[in-house]
Amino acid sequence: MSERQIRNLTVNFGPNHPATHGVLRLVLEMDGEVVERADPHIGFLHRGTEKLIEYKTYLQAVPYFDRLDYVAPINQEHAYALAVEKLLGLELPPRAQYIRVLYGELTRILNHLLNVTTLALDIGAMTPFFWGFEEREVIMEFYERASGARMHAAYFRPGGVTCDLPDKLLEDIRAWNKAFPKVLDDIERLLTGNRIFKQRTVDVGKTTPEEAFDWGFTGPMLRATGVTWDLRRNQPYEVYDQLEFSVPVGTNGDCFERYLVRMEEMRQSMRIIEQCLDQMPGGPVKVQDHKIAPPTRGEMKRSMEALIHHFKLYTEGYRVPAGEIYAAVESPKGEFGVYLVADGSNRPYRCKIRSPIFAHLQGLDFLSRGHMLADTVANLGSMDICFGEVDR
Amino acid sequence: MDIQALKELGDHIRTSLPDYVRGCETAHGELTIAVRAEAVVRTLSFLRSDSNCRFELLVDVCGVDYPERDPRFEVVYHLLSLSNNQRVRVRVPVAENEAVPSVTEVFSSAGWFERETWDLFGIYFSDHPDLRRILTDYGFEGHPLRKDFPLTGYNEVRYDDEQKRVIYEPVKLTQEFRRFDFLSPWEGPEHILPGDEKVEAGDGNEKTE
Repeated sequence: MSERQIRNLTVNFGPNHPATHGVLRLVLEMDGEVVERADPHIGFLHRGTEKLIEYKTYLQAVPYFDRLDYVAPINQEHAYALAVEKLLGLELPPRAQYIRVLYGELTRILNHLLNVTTLALDIGAMTPFFWGFEEREVIMEFYERASGARMHAAYFRPGGVTCDLPDKLLEDIRAWNKAFPKVLDDIERLLTGNRIFKQRTVDVGKTTPEEAFDWGFTGPMLRATGVTWDLRRNQPYEVYDQLEFSVPVGTNGDCFERYLVRMEEMRQSMRIIEQCLDQMPGGPVKVQDHKIAPPTRGEMKRSMEALIHHFKLYTEGYRVPAGEIYAAVESPKGEFGVYLVADGSNRPYRCKIRSPIFAHLQGLDFLSRGHMLADTVANLGSMDICFGEVDR
Repeated sequence: MDIQALKELGDHIRTSLPDYVRGCETAHGELTIAVRAEAVVRTLSFLRSDSNCRFELLVDVCGVDYPERDPRFEVVYHLLSLSNNQRVRVRVPVAENEAVPSVTEVFSSAGWFERETWDLFGIYFSDHPDLRRILTDYGFEGHPLRKDFPLTGYNEVRYDDEQKRVIYEPVKLTQEFRRFDFLSPWEGPEHILPGDEKVEAGDGNEKTE
C-alpha cells in the first residue's frame, strides 16, 4: 500500500460568527477534530482610540472609554478618571466615591450576566440568555436614569460623576437588588448541576496559576486558578476598603470554574450594592474646584465667573501637570489599566489602554491545544471577550 | 501604596543591577526604572525571579513617541508583583533604527504586546517568535501611533458596487482637519499665568505702586 500524505486541516473560524462574540478571525490548524494550533487574528474593530484620544481634551476623551468594552462601559471610564485625578491630585467627595462603587458593581453584574448567559448559549442552553437579558435591560434603565444614556454613559468624569442620583432611583435599585437573587438562583438551577453544561465545560481550558501569570491573566481567569487577587481588595480604590465582600476563587482554572467564580462575584456585587445604598452619604458629587468640574446651571445664571468657567471647560478644557501615571481598576473582565503620559497641556500626550482580554485572547492558543473544535467555543465564551476592548 | 517600600525596592534593584539600571525614581506613588535596551531581558528576568522583587505578571508593554527627543522612542513595561503587592515601570529608550530584545522568553504574554508595539510604533523586537502586525489591516503601511502619522491616515476603504469589491483610495477630506490652538492664559490647575515667571526671576521690570 502506498503511503498517503495526511495534511492538517486549516479551519477559518469567523470573522463573522456568533460564537466569536464579535469580529474575531480564528485560524485553526486541526488534526481531525483536535485543535493543534489556534492563531487569532484581531484588529477588525480597530478604531485607533489611543490615537484619537491624543487629539482630544481630557474631558472629550471620556466617551471613547465607553466604546471600548461596550458590555461594561463604566469601569473603563473609572480607570481613566482615576488616572487623571491622580495626576491632578484630586480628592473626591465621599458621595461621588460611593456612587462610583455603586455603578461599578451594577456594571459588573451587567457584564457577568451577559457573559454567563452567552457562554451557556454558545454551548446549547438558550433559556438563561433570555432571563439574563431581561435583568440587563433593568440595569441599563438605571444607567439611563443616572446619566441619560443606556450604554455609553460618560458618567464618571475626572473630578466626580456627571450628576447626582435622585432618591427614587436609589430606592428602585434597592428594590431590584432584593429581587435579583431569585433570577440568579434560577439561572444557577439550570446550569450549575446541568449534565450537558458540565460535560462541555469541566476540565476544558484548564490553567495553572503559573500559566496564568505567564500569560498575564487577571480577573476571573486568574481567580479561577485559585489565586486570591482582586484589585478591589489588594489595591483598593474609592471606598472599597470600607466595604465588606469576599473574593471567590476556584481550584482547577477550567471553564466551569470561571463560570462559578462569575456567578459568585455577582452575589458579592449585590452585597456591595446593598452596603453602598445603606452608607450613601449626602453632599456634592464632584470636586468643588470649577477649574476641573463645571459649575451648576443655576450658578451660571447668576455668576459671570461661573459662566466663564463653564465656557472655558467645554472649549479649552483643563490642563494636567506633566507626568505619567498608571491607574488600574478591577473591571469585570480583569485588570483594566490606563497608562497616561501628560505633557502639561490640555490634551493627553499618550494614553495607553491596557485591556485584560487582549492578554486572555493571546492565551487562547495554549488553552485550546489538544481540545476539540467545539471546546474552543467554550474557551472563548468563558474568556469573556469583547472586541471593542481587544482592538481598541 | 507605601512610598518607603518602593524607594527601598528601587535601591535594591539599583544595587543588584548596577551595570544596567540608568535611573530610578518614584513619582505619584509609582516606581520607574530606566534601563538600556540591551539589558532589558536580563532586568526583567531579575525582576521576575529575585526573591525581593517577584514581579510575576507582565501587565503591559507599550511604546511612547517623543519626536523631539534623542533617542526618539520609549518602550514602557509595567510589571505587577502579586506576592508583594507592588508595581514597577521599566522604561527603555530606543532610537528609531534600534532593536529591542524580545522578552517573550521571560513572559509569554509579551508576545502580543510586542507585536502591538511593533505594529503601532515600528519599534523592532529582535528574537521575537512571530513579529507580525496585529491591530491594523492586512497589508497596512506605516505605524499609526507615531506622532508624524496624520490622524486621518493615508488610505480609506469603501465598497465599490460596480467592481463588487472593497477598494482602497487616498483619503479625501472635504474640509481640512482642524486642530485648535488653545494656548490661552487661562489658569490651569497650577495657576500659572504668562508673565508670572518674570516676577519669580526678579528681573526688576515689575511695576511698583
